[in-house]
Amino acid sequence: MKNSSRRGFMGKAFGAVAGVGAVASLYAMKKTWDPLPSVKAAGFTTLDMSAYNENELVTEKWRGKPIFVLKMTKDMMAKASDKEKSRLIQVGDSHFMVCLGLCTHLGCIPGYNPDEKTFLCACHGGMYDYSGDVTKAPPPRGLDIPPFKVDGNKLVLGEKGPEYTKMKETGITL
Amino acid sequence: MAHFTKATSVKDWLNQRLAVEKVEKVMMSEYWIPKNINFLWAMGMVLVITFALLLVSGIFLLMYYQPNIQTAFDSVNYTIMREVEFGWLWRHVHGVAASVVFLVIYIHMFTGIYYGSYKKGREMIWISGMLLFVAFSAEAFSGYMLPWGQMSYWAGMVITNLFSGGSLHADGLVEWIRGDYVPAQAFLNRFFMLHVLLIPLAILGLIGLHFGALRIPHVNNQEGEEIDFDAEAKKYLDGDKAGSKVMRFANDFMSKDMMVVGIYLIFFFYLVFFHYDFAMDPVNFDPADGLKTPAHIYPEWYFLWSYEILRPFSTNVGLIAFAFAQVIFVLLPFLDRSPNTIPANRRGLFGIWFWAMLVDMIILTAMGKVPPSGIFSTIGLYAALTFIGLWIALPFITKMEKEV
Repeated sequence: MKNSSRRGFMGKAFGAVAGVGAVASLYAMKKTWDPLPSVKAAGFTTLDMSAYNENELVTEKWRGKPIFVLKMTKDMMAKASDKEKSRLIQVGDSHFMVCLGLCTHLGCIPGYNPDEKTFLCACHGGMYDYSGDVTKAPPPRGLDIPPFKVDGNKLVLGEKGPEYTKMKETGITL
Repeated sequence: MAHFTKATSVKDWLNQRLAVEKVEKVMMSEYWIPKNINFLWAMGMVLVITFALLLVSGIFLLMYYQPNIQTAFDSVNYTIMREVEFGWLWRHVHGVAASVVFLVIYIHMFTGIYYGSYKKGREMIWISGMLLFVAFSAEAFSGYMLPWGQMSYWAGMVITNLFSGGSLHADGLVEWIRGDYVPAQAFLNRFFMLHVLLIPLAILGLIGLHFGALRIPHVNNQEGEEIDFDAEAKKYLDGDKAGSKVMRFANDFMSKDMMVVGIYLIFFFYLVFFHYDFAMDPVNFDPADGLKTPAHIYPEWYFLWSYEILRPFSTNVGLIAFAFAQVIFVLLPFLDRSPNTIPANRRGLFGIWFWAMLVDMIILTAMGKVPPSGIFSTIGLYAALTFIGLWIALPFITKMEKEV
């Protein structure tokens, strides 16, 4: 600053004002692109878990995304490994796979084959078993499990119950 | 204030105020083009004309299109296609031009690569051209969202998911881009804005830069010969038109340019009237449904090669390979270490590199279209590895090249 002229000072002063303005504008622009409160608030879905049939995939909707609900048969439970069981949700005496029906690779919806008891994503060929765990790349991990809370016979999606928190802590879902 | 005299004519009046004669000279009659060129040098003008067609047809589509997830699909497929008189024409011109413009861009690019038109002072032409390619890609993608059919929706889902960065799980960034958990109203609205305002503005600016970048190094020629443009221009203006190595942009060069444009437009409107279906994916004639993925998602043909570089790998490796493919062409002037600016067929190994790259990209394009299984998966994987390998090899083979 020692040798700077009046014009130099005015230039720097303008630079400071413009800089503050630019940062403030960018902040406003960023916030303008954020999801709206109404979008965020519409985020809860309640499922009645007594209404599902065994080994029959039902697709529900939560936050505009498909949710896979698959009730396990006794046979499926008997064959399931510990890792697979840890992905399932117990409601009453029944076990369910409840997952986001979007491939963890790039978000296509995998299809379920009830005879093979596997999911196949047609977009890039990824596969999952009936617990939603990945069995063939490119998906990097099993199907994600949405935040849930068991409430008697019901399951509330969007709320974080203790079972969900445990899954999250043990790294079963993201 | 400058001194103004009473004008003797309209032209003189304008000349005093806007120097129109001088502008005409700088832009047209004394903008010098080498004579030693061929029809591939007309692709720039073909692109300008195609862009103009996109702009005009887009303006008419804009008058009836509704950027709303409830009405967008019908405003295109019912209102524009059935109610508006000649609405089908604007839509088919717009759709076909959006596809064909990429064909011409690829020809334009590979012409530049073949003749070394990105070297010795022409680096900024190449870089601004590649920025235009990126801007056109963004324009094509955002436009593809607008009819809000199944392919629009799912392409939007897949492409925005790329921004989660694989294992980085930047889901917040993806939701920020969409303005929702999934592509919905906010998403459609903002891509509409990008498609009709922000990206076209960027394209116009980049076209200005691209043309400006040509002024100092001038247009390349078939032999990559370094021409003294001032001396040759003087020769031309002194009357030795035959002996000069250059000609006027207008009308000399333009007359042949527009000849090529004429042939191109016949081909173009043949497609518009009789084969527009190649640019209209049948899957996109189903309205968007967030709970049903189409059996097979693929991008438009011009993105297939980079899609196929993403596909055969696991998520993270695929994303890195994809990012590599997106930016690597920009670096071509710096990865080519050879001092020669001559056609590829006289550059030894580089000639092989050129054709290998061209064929590899055609193979990638073909493999990107077929389902990812069996032999196609394997061919796709090797073609993707070849693409990456060719770029890694480029600095070495051009370094070894002998100066001609």
